[in-house]
Amino acid sequence: MGSMTIGAKYKTTLKDPGTPGILRMNDDKFTFTPNDPRSAMKLNVDFRSIKGHKFNKVDGNKPALLNLSKDSDKGGGYMFEFDNVGNRDLCRDFVAKVLGKHQGIPPRPTMPPEISGSSTGLEQLSAAEVERRVKLLREDSELQKLHKKFVLGNILRESEFWATRKNLLDDEANKASKQRPGFKTAMSDVRPSADGRTNKVTFNLTSEMIHQIFAEKPAVRRAFLDFVPKKMTDIEFWRKYCRAEYLLRTKNTVAATAEAAEDEELAVFLKNDDILAKEAKLKIKRVDPTLDMAADAGDDYIHLPDHGILRDGSKETVDTDSEWAQRTLSQELNRHAAVVLEGITSDVELTDAKTVAEALTRSKKEPPSTSTVDDDSHERLVKVARMTEIEDLQAPRSVPYAPLSIKDPRQYFDSQQANALRSLGGSNDGRKARNCSLSTEEVFHHIMDQISSFKVNKSNCSVLESDMALKVLNELNEGISRSRRLNLKNPQEGLLGRVPQHTQDELMDHWTAIQELLRHFWSSYPITSAVLYNKVQRVKDAMTQIYQKLQAIKESAQPDVRHEISRLVKPMTQALDAAFSHDLEQQQKSAKAGNKPNGY
Amino acid sequence: MTSAHSKLYSDDVSLVVVVVDTNPFFWATAALPFADFFANLVHFVNSILLLNHLNRVVVIASGVSSCAYIFDSGDASPAGGVGVAATFDKASRKVEEFIAQDAHATASNSSAASANAASLLSGALSLAMCYIQRIFRSGTRHPQPRILCLQGSPDGPEQYVAVMNSIFSAQRSMVPIDSCIVGTQDSAFLQQASYITGGVYLKPQELNGLFQYLAAVFATDLHSRTFLRLPKTLGVDFRASCFCHKKTIDMGYVCSVCLSIFCKNQKKCSTCG
Repeated sequence: MGSMTIGAKYKTTLKDPGTPGILRMNDDKFTFTPNDPRSAMKLNVDFRSIKGHKFNKVDGNKPALLNLSKDSDKGGGYMFEFDNVGNRDLCRDFVAKVLGKHQGIPPRPTMPPEISGSSTGLEQLSAAEVERRVKLLREDSELQKLHKKFVLGNILRESEFWATRKNLLDDEANKASKQRPGFKTAMSDVRPSADGRTNKVTFNLTSEMIHQIFAEKPAVRRAFLDFVPKKMTDIEFWRKYCRAEYLLRTKNTVAATAEAAEDEELAVFLKNDDILAKEAKLKIKRVDPTLDMAADAGDDYIHLPDHGILRDGSKETVDTDSEWAQRTLSQELNRHAAVVLEGITSDVELTDAKTVAEALTRSKKEPPSTSTVDDDSHERLVKVARMTEIEDLQAPRSVPYAPLSIKDPRQYFDSQQANALRSLGGSNDGRKARNCSLSTEEVFHHIMDQISSFKVNKSNCSVLESDMALKVLNELNEGISRSRRLNLKNPQEGLLGRVPQHTQDELMDHWTAIQELLRHFWSSYPITSAVLYNKVQRVKDAMTQIYQKLQAIKESAQPDVRHEISRLVKPMTQALDAAFSHDLEQQQKSAKAGNKPNGY
Repeated sequence: MTSAHSKLYSDDVSLVVVVVDTNPFFWATAALPFADFFANLVHFVNSILLLNHLNRVVVIASGVSSCAYIFDSGDASPAGGVGVAATFDKASRKVEEFIAQDAHATASNSSAASANAASLLSGALSLAMCYIQRIFRSGTRHPQPRILCLQGSPDGPEQYVAVMNSIFSAQRSMVPIDSCIVGTQDSAFLQQASYITGGVYLKPQELNGLFQYLAAVFATDLHSRTFLRLPKTLGVDFRASCFCHKKTIDMGYVCSVCLSIFCKNQKKCSTCG
């Protein structure tokens, strides 16, 4: 991606006046060479050891600083002071790019706390923005070439370069996937490891599993919040939960009843999840009307345990007045699926079970109680309007443009060329308008005579000679084949194809560079501020360089392709000339305007 | 560009409306004498009628101050006696009458008479479009219409708006406008007309072989044009004339509401206000 050489001062601390010298940066490392050869402040640091960079807001007389830090925890780094903000910005951008390449995601640049005050509108790039730019540059080699030439060559600034390419960046941003991974499979139960020797059963609960349990079984979550830490500790709660699971798993209904009778907390785990039951009842009422199905109580499959495979693999129907929870396979899977679709709503750290439980309860706080009062049709309308958007499956949403429908410009320009030719020489058919000096009556008389002669000669049927007819047909043929040839222009045989390949590439490069420069040049007029003025100067210098290069190409062209090259180079030089002359005019105008106050 | 009604009738039946420029100021100094031109035209009309017995031809003459229908092949005529001679007679008689009328109209309106007088292209195109509309409404079975303009006089910029309106209505009804220029200069109006409506624009080099041009290029019906290669112009003169002075202009000011063109900056658009 190039290198950068800039003058800077190296400071060890903030108070240090700084050692002036040259800072050179390239993709792998940066070096600092002090101006004073005797000084010991030489630096040669690999970028891999640099973990981050910081820069400050510049206000008034405060210097522009850039701090390259080695490690965010321990501190230690290199601080450079620059003469002006522009240089510092260039360095900062370069460093950001290099770090981005090395690390994948550059760290978020933070402000040192000692600088405060109003900012002068410097561009503060977020890490995501920088990353997007780097990605775009990596993908598009033409863009990278332009970027290298102009931004790293100090002709344009980053902000100006990217100002016109916002649509590209926005497209990038929208492409970023919004998908977050959900919970693992529903089958990951609390599975004990049984120790045959000592008759102990061990359960392993990780915080992730706890999170999943809370998400899928809201009754357990409610019990957790109620019981802990008021009635029992964390570990006791989980011990009871695991015991309940164990009892259910082993279908030990007798023991279950016995234990439930003595331990009411345990009983909670053995009963059916009533929160889920309530939710299911509500859901049935809220069936999506676009499905056009009428849901009734028979669809409340949670409460009808007479079908489905039970969780432990058995299919037998058990008596329905048992209170204990009987979960079928499908219920579990459906519940898990529902949880996954809801998504992980909070980005809470999975450290503490209690915080997780609270967070989940908070997120479920929507009041479903008013739904019974709503008007039925209104509800349906609301639901019809609200469709679930699955973001991953939608096409990338780019900024809504209306695409320009521009006709083939060649048609217009060809016609203008034909018109120009016509006005110059006219068609060479030998027809000339004869001057008419007759008056109105004479003219009409003339035509009446013609008609009468026509009536007299009407029997003369020879209206066309054969050789004349042949002439006409030949001419038509020629005209048609000529126009056909001109319209089917093969780009390979065109002007550009007749020039050797390396010249072609050179000319194309120059052309894209000129387009970019001209775009910036013309957009800076009228010059209203010093920033624009500087920009115009820089752009003009670059344009002069390219102009000289083009002249050199024209002069050094081989004699056989000289004509083509000059034709290709002509529009480029014309465009540059127009820009230069405009600039000259503006300067003259401002010089004239400037003279007046002096004259007074 | 085939007409939308082509499916309703057999493919190659056509209705050709020929607009003939009878501006005496032009014909007085034309390289081709009017008599020869008229003979070519009559032969061409007859050959179109020969191509298909359902073909129809209408001839409209555009003079300096007026236009009129000269000939309509659909006029009731006896079964026999419709031949070349009959066409000649009818047409020439009507032309004479028309020219006399035109002379009368021009004499009273002296402003129009000058060496560079333009023929009333706008009026003739309007007459043609009216006739075509009547044909459209005559029922589902009708021929495919097209317009052929034989133009010699220069364009009159004062007719710009009217001509453009007729061109757009022809475009909307999908009626191609072919043009054959027998004069010395290209006609910007007709170039634009042929370009927009998908017709053929031709400026023959050899005027003595005019009939051959007409028969080879302009006698083709619309269905055949899809697989024939007809002469194409290289460029179209897209210049407009300003609405206030009727001068042809290259650059001007455009009203952002109604898109009328003016040569000078005006505060209030005269078309839409």
